[in-house]
Amino acid sequence: MLVTGICGRLGQRVARRLHREARVEGIDRRAFPNRPKDIVHHQLDIRRKKTRDVLRSGDFRAIVHLGILHDPRASAEEHHSWNVLAFGKLLQYVEQYDVPKLVVLSSANVYGPRPGNPQFLTEESPLLGGARFHEIRDLVEVDMLAQSFFWRNPKVETVVLRPVHILGTVHNAASNYLRREWVPTLAGFDPMIQVIHEDDVVEAILLALQPGVRGIFNLAGPGTVPLSKILGALGKPTLPVPHFLAKPVLERMWNLRLTSFPAAEIDHIQYVCMVDDRRAREQLRYAPKKSMEETLLSVQRG
Amino acid sequence: MRGTALDSLMRATRDMAAPDIDDRVGRIAADRPVGIDPYGYDPQVARYALACASWVYRYYFRAEVRGTDRVPAGRVMLVSNHSGQLPLDALVIAASMILEAEPPRLVRAMVEKWALTLPYVGELFTRCGQVLGVPENCRDLLERDEAILVFPEGVKGISKTWDQRYRLAEFGLGFMRLALETKTPIVPVAVVGAEEQYVNLHNSSTLARLFGTPVFPLIPQALVPALGWLPAPTKYHVHLGEPMHFQGDPDDEDQEIERKVWVVRTTIQSMLNRGLKDRKSIFF
Repeated sequence: MLVTGICGRLGQRVARRLHREARVEGIDRRAFPNRPKDIVHHQLDIRRKKTRDVLRSGDFRAIVHLGILHDPRASAEEHHSWNVLAFGKLLQYVEQYDVPKLVVLSSANVYGPRPGNPQFLTEESPLLGGARFHEIRDLVEVDMLAQSFFWRNPKVETVVLRPVHILGTVHNAASNYLRREWVPTLAGFDPMIQVIHEDDVVEAILLALQPGVRGIFNLAGPGTVPLSKILGALGKPTLPVPHFLAKPVLERMWNLRLTSFPAAEIDHIQYVCMVDDRRAREQLRYAPKKSMEETLLSVQRG
Repeated sequence: MRGTALDSLMRATRDMAAPDIDDRVGRIAADRPVGIDPYGYDPQVARYALACASWVYRYYFRAEVRGTDRVPAGRVMLVSNHSGQLPLDALVIAASMILEAEPPRLVRAMVEKWALTLPYVGELFTRCGQVLGVPENCRDLLERDEAILVFPEGVKGISKTWDQRYRLAEFGLGFMRLALETKTPIVPVAVVGAEEQYVNLHNSSTLARLFGTPVFPLIPQALVPALGWLPAPTKYHVHLGEPMHFQGDPDDEDQEIERKVWVVRTTIQSMLNRGLKDRKSIFF
């Protein structure tokens, strides 16, 4: 198996679970500290020609694509070339070298939090995440590329996973937000939220790797909970900010490099973006193992 | 819980929560999972909101509600005329189903998207069990055998000008398609009294655009200092009719659906006409 973006916190977890059962190779431009001896790591940029060589000689049974760049500070071009162009190339190799399975980790963020969202979005809902903020458009584009690949290549079992906010040791916006000393919220807004433990995402990836599984799956965690209860459970002091001030202030702070949260993230603490994961529960037999409490407290380890 | 405005509201109204209200909200909760449900309904908030609502219901509007016993158990769709500039008709109908119906039922009104973009307002609506009015939510709730409240007139209905009072605006067709699809009985509801709470002379599209609201009614009484913002304390008469059952293909042509919608619309219109004839005064 080949795991792209293997050195991320999630990638390492996937690799450590997989390498006991299968031969695992990884591609990442970062180094893999404390790498288990039987994992082959190709430390290279996924956009390089060498990626092709790895795929040609690898004879892989499956590819797990986690190598999506989320660094909001990276330039738009870098983002686009890394996420979209590199992924397009990868899809080409999958087709060319007859890899039978491709698992892509997308995100429920592609639907985008909006006041007009139904409470539970199904896999068929339009991907409107990029409608208001161009930063997310790349991720929507990656998801769409994977979808069209799914329809074009019936020979390849393509699985697209769209998990809700992943919590744990990962350094994504949701976990970083909950790790703050005091947490800004929007006065008068308290949306219902779904979160998922990183280990449950790893489980879902393993389920997706089973032969015969293909399709697009939403992944929700152990339940739904208002933002205020999440912050209460973590014992975080909050700072409610008027919503009309929050966006311009955060944009200003972002430009001055005073914060690591782009203004696009504000929508997540204002409006709902929850998914219906019945399809994953029925077809993937996915069921979250971690309780809501465990999931929430897991951010403290990161 | 954190110190939100909602909490202070809850503290302020704690004494108002009469024991019978606690009991009634408790009985709604009996067949539900504990705590806040996936749509954001929070019984803890709802009982304080209901304490306020019951005061408005009993003493401000002196609501007289007939027919709550006609609402069948299980999934049901209450379809009502919409009036009064502010959605107090929804408040009165929902309160009546908790205060008067036996057993008490949570009715979820379908809320306009715009209301959910308002701070505090959206949060309060959600915590009291109201949901965004999109077909996906209706379908899901009906499949969970809940009761929902629909205003097929939408914004056109609530913002009627004075000359249009008690004349039903065009009905949307979505509610009928959903009722057919989920085999849900429809209970027609007529609210008399809400039209007179604010006198709307004109809907200004310029001001609506300026303030980003769906409509902007021009209400002369709002010029009266302080009290003018309150609705006139008209008496509410709410009449719930016999449940109606429809059968057919939910994906039928618009024409076919319109015919069924017309039946509901004329039923409500004649219930309104009767209610107006029986009413002796706007205030008593």
